This record gives sequence, C-alpha cells and structure tokens, in this order.
Amino acid sequence: MTEPVQVLVRDKDGHEGAPFTINLGPQHPAAHGVLRLILEMDGEVVERADPHIGLLHRGTEKLIEHKTYTQALPYFDRLDYVAPMASEQCFSLAVEKLLGIAPPERAQVIRVMYAEISRLLNHILAVTTFALDLGAITPALWGFEEREKLMGFYERVSGARMHANYIRPGGVAKDLPEGLLDDIEAFCDPFIKFLDDLETLLTDNRIFKQRTVDIGVISKDDALAWGLSGPMLRASGVAWDLRKSQPYDGYENFDFDIPVGTTGDCYARYLVRMAEMRQSVRIIRQCIARMPQGRVMIDDYKVAMPDREDIEKSMEALIHHFKLATEGYHVPSGATYTAIEAPKGEFGVYLVADGTNMPYRCKIRAPSFAHLQVLPLLSKDHMLADVVAIIGSLDIVFGEIDR
Amino acid sequence: MIAPFHRPLADAVRDALDDIAVQVQSQRDELTIIAPREKIVEVMQALRDDERTDMHQLMDVCGVDHVARRPRFDVVYQLLSLSHNWRLTVAVQTDKAVPSVVGVYPSTGWFERETFDLFGITFDGHPDLRRILTDYDFEGHPLRRDFPLMGFEEKIYDDLTRRVVRQSVTLQQDYRAFDALSPWQGMTDVQKRGEND
Repeated sequence: MTEPVQVLVRDKDGHEGAPFTINLGPQHPAAHGVLRLILEMDGEVVERADPHIGLLHRGTEKLIEHKTYTQALPYFDRLDYVAPMASEQCFSLAVEKLLGIAPPERAQVIRVMYAEISRLLNHILAVTTFALDLGAITPALWGFEEREKLMGFYERVSGARMHANYIRPGGVAKDLPEGLLDDIEAFCDPFIKFLDDLETLLTDNRIFKQRTVDIGVISKDDALAWGLSGPMLRASGVAWDLRKSQPYDGYENFDFDIPVGTTGDCYARYLVRMAEMRQSVRIIRQCIARMPQGRVMIDDYKVAMPDREDIEKSMEALIHHFKLATEGYHVPSGATYTAIEAPKGEFGVYLVADGTNMPYRCKIRAPSFAHLQVLPLLSKDHMLADVVAIIGSLDIVFGEIDR
Repeated sequence: MIAPFHRPLADAVRDALDDIAVQVQSQRDELTIIAPREKIVEVMQALRDDERTDMHQLMDVCGVDHVARRPRFDVVYQLLSLSHNWRLTVAVQTDKAVPSVVGVYPSTGWFERETFDLFGITFDGHPDLRRILTDYDFEGHPLRRDFPLMGFEEKIYDDLTRRVVRQSVTLQQDYRAFDALSPWQGMTDVQKRGEND
C-alpha cells in the first residue's frame, strides 16, 4: 500500500514541471482513520486533493443481504463506531416502518436518551481530536475521561462499551438496570462544567482561532448542493435538523434548540458542536425526568423474543423463541428510505424487503461519505497544514464511509 | 393509489415536471416516482429549480439489482426539499447506463461512482467515473446478486516470494448458507400492514 512520495520540483525559472504530489495517509494520525489523500501541491498550497477511500471496506451491505434482520443489526454498530447506537436506531426505525409496528413509549424515551448520549460521545471525540490535530493535547485527555463514563452507561445497559446491539426493531433489548438513571443524572452537572472548562481552553484560544477561523469555508448554497447535513450544514447557516423537522421516536415532545452557525468555516463547525452538546444534556435531563413506566419491547412474539420466564413455562413462547432464533421474522415486501439526525448528519437506510426473513437490499447513507466528498472543494488553495484542520472539522469516521 | 397527505407533493411534482411522464407511487408515508431513464437529467433539473417542489438536496444515490427483471437495475435517488420539508424518491430502471446528474447535483459525484463500483452501472457524462470502495485492481461488481458473498479472489502474503499475491479464495470451512425459510410459513402472519404492496 505504501507508494513512494513523488516529488517533481519545478524548474529554476519557476515554471514547467508538474506540481509535486504528496501521499497523505492511509496511516497518518491526522487522517482520522484510513484516509489516503493524494495532494497536488504548488509549493505549500494545495491545488487538488483526491481522497482515496475504501481501505476499510468490509462489504457490510452485501453481508446484510445474507443475514436475517436480527443478525443485520450488529453491523450498524460497526459503521459509525464513535456513536454506535445512532445507526442502530435508524435501522430499527426502517424495519419498524416496514413491519408497521411502533415501540412502546418507555423504549422511545430510552432510545432518545441513548441517541443523545451517542451524540455526546461523538461530539466529544470530534471536538477534542480536532483540537489535537491543531496541537492542543489537553482537550483530548479531558474529553476521553468523559467518554469513558458515557461508555460505562452503554456497558451497563447492553454489556458492551461500544458495539451495543441494544436498540432493536420493536424497542430496546433490555430494560434499564436499577440506579442507572440516577447515575446519568449525576453525570450531567459535572459534564456541563467540563464543557465550560473545554471552552476556556479552545473558544478564545488565539492559536486555535488562527488555525480555524476562515479556514475551509463552505457557503450555504454549496452546502446544500453538496448534500451536507448535520453540524456541517448548520455551521453554514441553514437551520435544519431532522429531530425538529421530521421528528422520530417522540423527539417532538422534547424541548431543545438547534444551534446554527453563520460563517461556515472550521471554527463555526466547532462552535455548533459545542452548543449541540449542551442541548443534548438538556434532552437527557428531560428523558430522566419523564421516563415512563412499562414495557421496553413490543408485546408481540412474532417480532420480539419472549421473556426467559415465559420460555420456561409456555410452549407457545418456546416455539416462538425457536422460530425467532433460527428463521427470524418476515418483513412484508416494500421499500423505505428512513433517515435520522445522527451526530454527524443525516444517516439514512434505504431498505428493500421482499417478504422473506432477509433484507433484499440495504443501502446505508452515511453522512461522513457526503462530507468527505467536499474535502477537495474545501482544501483548494489552502496550505497543507489547513487540510489537517479541515479534515478534523469534517468529523469523519471510516467505519461508515467505507462500510 | 396516492395517500391523501401525499396529494400536495404529488401535484407539485406533476406541475414541475410538466410534460415528462412519470409513474407516481405512494408507499406508506413515502412517495416514489419512476422516471424515464433518458429524461432523468431534465427531471432532476425541474424538481430542483421549480419553486413548487424546490428539491435542493440530493441525499443519496444507490443501485438495486432485481436480477430476474428486465431492465435489471434500479437507480434510486433520494431528494429532500428543506423549504417544504418533503422527501421524494426518484427511481430509474436500467440495464447498463444512466445519464449522470452530476451537473444538477454535485453531491452525486461519489454516489454515482459507488453505484458504478458496486453494480457496474455506468453514468454517461460523469467526469470521474472510477472505482471508489473496492480495491485498486478489483474485478467485478460485488453488490450484484450473482456475485458470490465470498468473492473470487483474495490477497495473501506469500512467504516464498515475500510479496502480496492474488489467489482464488480458499475457505477453511465451507460457507454455510442457512436457508431457514420454513416450509410451513409459520412466521408469515406478522405481515400485517401493506401486505399486498
């Protein structure tokens, strides 16, 4: 995979000769994963950037076509592995739409709470590693301490710190363990303090602003034309959030604001993510305050696994358990494009079902894929060091780009 | 059959497309139009520029392989209108090539490259139609239904020649395709709504 760096220097007169080409990545720490970037440079200025992706391609979509709906779900954890439950939620919503079922209210509130925890997980990583790329080490050290606590919440509810397989079609896998809500509540206040501290490090930091303000500007029209979404779109001044405009899982019942930037540069994207984290904490608090009682999975053995006690007592439940564990459930034929506001932007699943127990086609629309596509546009005529800042501000994860 | 809440969108689409004949389908809460392949650029242009539809964002392009059908492939575009808060799915049926809409929506650049890579559908007029997700010297189009899950070739490090070589896939254990479909159709009564779509 390593290719020699091709250096074709110009003539002494300053003309002729090709611009020299730099191969950045695929193992560069600032590439945020396995991005291979071919940069054509004029001196230290980027003339053309050509991202090569696919080095983490695992054929997720092909594999899903050969798995039952239950078996397909864990693949979604492994797409955006920085905020795993967001992708799970999208697939679950798509399957629920095709099945014509809706999860119980308690499951919806749990989903919203964990979607926002995922947003915190994602934005902490995005902001702090962005700062790390620009030379600030402390934010990353502080941020990962907070992430560890959030992953603890993941673990307590699902048994896994990252690949939770928790949000499932019909609800969530298990009810919350005792005391978890109190601990999440206790997490909120110190976390706001952490955000304040983080802002003292970065928001007015002269070096940070010199590296980000007016770097990688994308206008409102360009942002729309290039299919950007999420914080990337909002930083360019478009007030658009699927949680508000096309609410799912009961987001319409929550009170929160949508931070919108104005300048569309790297700094605006940083500010939007910081403000979004405060809103997420607000939503998490509301979830805790209004957590309803009741089931966390729909009461239908045709889709949901029967409870353990029932399996031991009832023949019906045992048969259903066997059928679900081997054959899985059938999804009526049809197609749906279901999109959610994932932390990175619009995460969509185009699911085609043919009435059997496996998806016929499952296209995953990853926000990072569209965002990385604008990198050549953003980095043109910027310095090489700015490319690093732009990649950091795009907030890309290769699990979902390469799929 | 078009659901009542789809009327405004369906009417707007008809008005915007004027004389281009499209097939409109309403499925659950989503509206799909099937556009003629050779007119897809005009359709996209009209849907974007007409104020009645105002589809300013193209979120996704993907292929679907209906292996037994002729024409074999669907190319599916997902449009989004921020001002009306509408989503619209545009589908095109094709066997081989589709005109590229990269001139209307620049965001299709990589999506069309991906569809070309995984399905082998070419996009006429695309400025840079290279493979994107698969390996540099990959052969075939893996998301076609007749492409085996295990693929044909794998890359291994050869100790003797001390280099990476390609060889045909060898499996330590046969791939087990579990066909769990029940002959008794036991689980089919979950098909509640939309069964006859």
